[in-house]
Amino acid sequence: MSPAMSGAVQAAIAAHRDRPGALLPMLHDILAALGHVPRACVPALADALNLSRAEVLGVMSFYHDFREHPPGRHVVKLCRAEACKSMGADALAERTRARLGIDFGQTRSDGAATLEPVYCLGNCACAPALTIDGRLHGRVTPTRLDALLDELDGDSR
Amino acid sequence: MTTTVYVPADASARSVGADAVAAALAARPGVTVIRNGSRGMMWLEPLVEVVTPQGRIAYGPVTVDDLPQLLAAGMLGGGTHALRHGVVESLPYYARQERLTFARVGLIDPTSVADYEAKGGGVGLRNALAMAPAEIVAAVLESGLRGRGGAAFPTGIKWKTVLDTPSSQKYVVCNADEGDSGTFSDRMLMEGDPFTLVEGMTIAGLAVGATQGYIYLRSEYPDAAAVLRRAIAVARDAGWLGDDILGSGRRFELELRMGAGSYVCGEETALLESLEGKRGQVRYRPPVPAKQGLFGRPTALNNVVTLASVTTVLAKGAAFYRDFGAGRSRGTLAFQLAGNLARGGLVERAFGVTLRELLYDYGGGSASGRPLRAVQVGGPLGAYIPERDFDLPLDYEAFAAKGAIVGHGGIVAFDDTVDMAQMARYAFEFCAIESCGKCTPCRIGATRGVEVLDRLLAREQPARQLAVLHDLCDTMEHASLCAMGGMTPYPVRSALQHFPGDFGLEQAAPGPSRRP
Repeated sequence: MSPAMSGAVQAAIAAHRDRPGALLPMLHDILAALGHVPRACVPALADALNLSRAEVLGVMSFYHDFREHPPGRHVVKLCRAEACKSMGADALAERTRARLGIDFGQTRSDGAATLEPVYCLGNCACAPALTIDGRLHGRVTPTRLDALLDELDGDSR
Repeated sequence: MTTTVYVPADASARSVGADAVAAALAARPGVTVIRNGSRGMMWLEPLVEVVTPQGRIAYGPVTVDDLPQLLAAGMLGGGTHALRHGVVESLPYYARQERLTFARVGLIDPTSVADYEAKGGGVGLRNALAMAPAEIVAAVLESGLRGRGGAAFPTGIKWKTVLDTPSSQKYVVCNADEGDSGTFSDRMLMEGDPFTLVEGMTIAGLAVGATQGYIYLRSEYPDAAAVLRRAIAVARDAGWLGDDILGSGRRFELELRMGAGSYVCGEETALLESLEGKRGQVRYRPPVPAKQGLFGRPTALNNVVTLASVTTVLAKGAAFYRDFGAGRSRGTLAFQLAGNLARGGLVERAFGVTLRELLYDYGGGSASGRPLRAVQVGGPLGAYIPERDFDLPLDYEAFAAKGAIVGHGGIVAFDDTVDMAQMARYAFEFCAIESCGKCTPCRIGATRGVEVLDRLLAREQPARQLAVLHDLCDTMEHASLCAMGGMTPYPVRSALQHFPGDFGLEQAAPGPSRRP
């Protein structure tokens, strides 16, 4: 583990070790600090919580949020659920794929962006919805989508 | 003289530009901006309200680009403009609601204790502090309140089980994992009036003898998380939480925990596993969580709106609450109008209102201007309802009789361009993505469902595929451990039943022609 990684893991353990059901809060802290939850942190978490490594890995891999690898510089999450579909989310998804040149679950080879599906952002009356780097956008038309993705391009070094 | 202006900090309002509007208004001398929750008229967001002697005058949807013209028209004095809608309470969409649980949402500064108390907050808790636990439980039972999270189990019975199960430690857990597409009432309440949830959970703690509460919130709701964190801290400082609730000597603590992107964690036993730091897999039942819940202890586990509704029951009495509603569906439900509707938003009404009234009188018909063809009620596990059944009253029993569910009150509308076979396929696909994997019917059945549907749509031996599909749906319905697998057949079967033409099975019923 790199010093940054090790620091994040130790801080997460120190913050939550006495808390009942501490594993998810620890994983969230690591995710917030590093942007992903590397497999290398499994032994330390297992030791701290007196769990087997398999148990810790099992929990990490169960939840969509705990990505094992670093994402691109920008993370685009598109809602694929019913309310957004009723307002054209499928066409928006096609357009995003084409614009970014990647499929859902992929990161561009230049590291500029990661595209992920999400199933409901709670913005169903302002559908279709997406988030870019955690920021929620509603009533996303193809024109607005293009403008938002243009901003990413301008920022992708 | 300063002018007070309300600009929602609700996630939906922010998603369409409320922050920029708030910042631009706050930069003007003499203007005080309060970030409130949303009034629930989402098509008007960002909805700016200007405080005038005539009341709070609404303008919306207001973008930063509209502001110069609005200000020139005298918006800060309530001036006339095309985007002016008058006093919010006089707008038919808002005026014709029966707002009990959502009475304060959009009206107040969400984390101001003074605002909360000025609008009736805290009365329920003060009443509960003067009652014996069994009396509180009796009041909730008497109110007829059923779980608003979807399963509709009587809340009083659940609480009585927790109260009657001896244990040195009990818990109150709030299920804030609102994962159903088309639902956002939990989010709106948490963002717009979080103290109502804090108060409801404290009342639950007093009722069942629990001193520790957890809110399990989905990670897709970062705005709600921020408001709740602040609300819990403010409530603790104000003496609403802690070792001496409002000077009563009674104790209740509250902690916010985040989910991590898993739909099935909205199922109550999977949620408990997740809170315990495990994979969010469903538990076998019995025992029920009321007897052996979080960390094996008796646990009152309720949804956000259920807990929030309890404050009204305790403040105004069981009879007051029970007098709203129809049949065995008592009180109000916060219906969420979503998807392809001209006027999407939140409508709190007593049970018994019809779908048609919600879709057309409130929702204004489709957003696209095309005819509505189907609505899905109750989330991704709910049935699709065709236009000819829109007169169905929203009532748990009336819906059950039609093989449908009311669920959490989410209504997603589709116009006539929808391909119902694709929606059925998506139901299986979603189940396959989100299945916790513990039981075979759900884990395997969902994947097989996608395959069978694909063969059916490719016209490979359709009669045979249809037989397999029905068999598969029966197996999933009857043999799955929880509603994820058990109810995925609802959207699939209802789509097949009402829209066979979309599956290439027979001529579709005469209706509007569909876009190619």
